[in-house]
Amino acid sequence: MSDGPAAQSPWQTVTIRRIEKRTPRVTSFFLQPSRPFAYRAGQHVDVRLTAPDGYQARRSYSIASAPEAGETIELAIERLDDGEVSPFFHDIAAVGDEVELRGPLGGHFVWSDSDGGPLLLVGGGSGVVPLMAMIRHRAARRSAVPVALVFSARVWDEVIFRDELIDFHDRRDGFDLVLALTREPARRPADYSRRVDAAMMEQSMVRLPAPPRFAFVCGSNAFVSAAAQALIDAGVPASLIRTERYGV
Amino acid sequence: MVTRGFSSGRKPPTDTDARIPPGQYLEQGFPVLSAGPTPRVRTEDWSFTLKHGPRPIKKWNWTEFNALPLTKMTRDIHCVTAWTKFDTAWQGVLVDDILADAGIEPPTGFTLALSFDGYTTNVPTKDLTAGKAMVALLYEGKPITPDHGGPARLLIPHLYFWKSAKWLNGLQFTERDEPGFWELRGYHIYGDPWREQRYTGDP
Ligand SMILES: Cc1cc2nc3c(=O)[nH]c(=O)nc-3n(C[C@H](O)[C@H](O)[C@H](O)COP(=O)(O)OP(=O)(O)OC[C@H]3O[C@@H](n4cnc5c(N)ncnc54)[C@H](O)[C@@H]3O)c2cc1C
Repeated sequence: MSDGPAAQSPWQTVTIRRIEKRTPRVTSFFLQPSRPFAYRAGQHVDVRLTAPDGYQARRSYSIASAPEAGETIELAIERLDDGEVSPFFHDIAAVGDEVELRGPLGGHFVWSDSDGGPLLLVGGGSGVVPLMAMIRHRAARRSAVPVALVFSARVWDEVIFRDELIDFHDRRDGFDLVLALTREPARRPADYSRRVDAAMMEQSMVRLPAPPRFAFVCGSNAFVSAAAQALIDAGVPASLIRTERYGV
Repeated sequence: MVTRGFSSGRKPPTDTDARIPPGQYLEQGFPVLSAGPTPRVRTEDWSFTLKHGPRPIKKWNWTEFNALPLTKMTRDIHCVTAWTKFDTAWQGVLVDDILADAGIEPPTGFTLALSFDGYTTNVPTKDLTAGKAMVALLYEGKPITPDHGGPARLLIPHLYFWKSAKWLNGLQFTERDEPGFWELRGYHIYGDPWREQRYTGDP
């Protein structure tokens, strides 16, 4: 896996070009960098907001778009009601506004089709964002690498990128979507209505033609701990598992 | 650049300003970040090895290590993901006391911290000695949980917290400053929060 040091990446001003509501709590922001911005699927950026008195808040957000996507980069931000930065994006930020951004960052939670597979992706809530970049990258490259995504959300309407994921799944070209809804009955035949566990991981791996070469797990800290343990209990060697924890 | 519509609702009281490095914000919780699954290391299986290059100098098991002098350290910690947490209370064995027990002076100017999961991080040896760093065994009086790096983690509170390697199982003296896991993946070679040395290329 290509793990070269990130090039120097100072802060730059980016412009919000488009805003798209994805679910009741998650909205995508399409940002136009002012300088060339090359990145790899799975990387994140730091975003910085500055108040008139100089106070600054800064948070990390994964990139949802594929490196091939072109002009803008997509961030998908979940609203935490008592948060500082995510409510700013949801309530105040408008098309044409500028924010400061630094990146791309992170050289570990990344995948390119040349890294090979099969891949087992496990996302909880907004933790699907960097996995989405990998799935879109795979599609853009017309890669044949087998990929299974186990995506846990509370309810059907909170499945971020749902239509696009189902569309990828229906192509039957080696990408499989497995949904695990924790607070609603499953809607698709092979989906689950419970939290991720080892049995679910075992059954999802059967969808891959061979054991996974890499497993990527992303979400809240509690989700990542539980999902990584489920993978280990399902026999995935710890050395193949890469995690990205959103901290809270 | 001032962001339209953003106001400083969360600005910490000014008496704490001087304790928050540039670009950081104050956090009450204790977020967890790591590159892979949490290793569960049983204290029966735990050991700590001091090495000079590939050569082991001395190895301790859990009981032997816990017999070394315990020191308390209460410090502010600073994570590169921009949170700062005040007054975290640790107890452990100062690197000075480990060296004393091994009966050596630091043989080289650089050190790699080694972890059970293969993680490494580099630090100049002088940042570990003179009371600056410890191998922590307790957090707030209790054994450190696996999520936070237990049974034992390095604590170098004056550098960004990725330098405080979790699930520590050794320190290795090296001739050169050899980049560790995150340092090879775009993070700063030294990591001083007060100079905002987050990523490769930062001053
Ligand atoms: C590598 C990485 C990638 C990430 N990618 C994404 C992503 O793609 N999408 C996404 O939505 N998120 C992502 N995150 C999480 C994101 O960085 C933020 O943590 C998240 O948006 C919350 O920020 P906030 O400012 O809204 O909330 P914060 O103000 O940070 O608060 C977070 C929570 O903590 C509590 N809290 C903390 N401090 C206080 C305080 N002083 N007062 C009151 N409450 C407090 C609040 O209850 C709140 O719910 C990522 C994180 C990392 C590390």
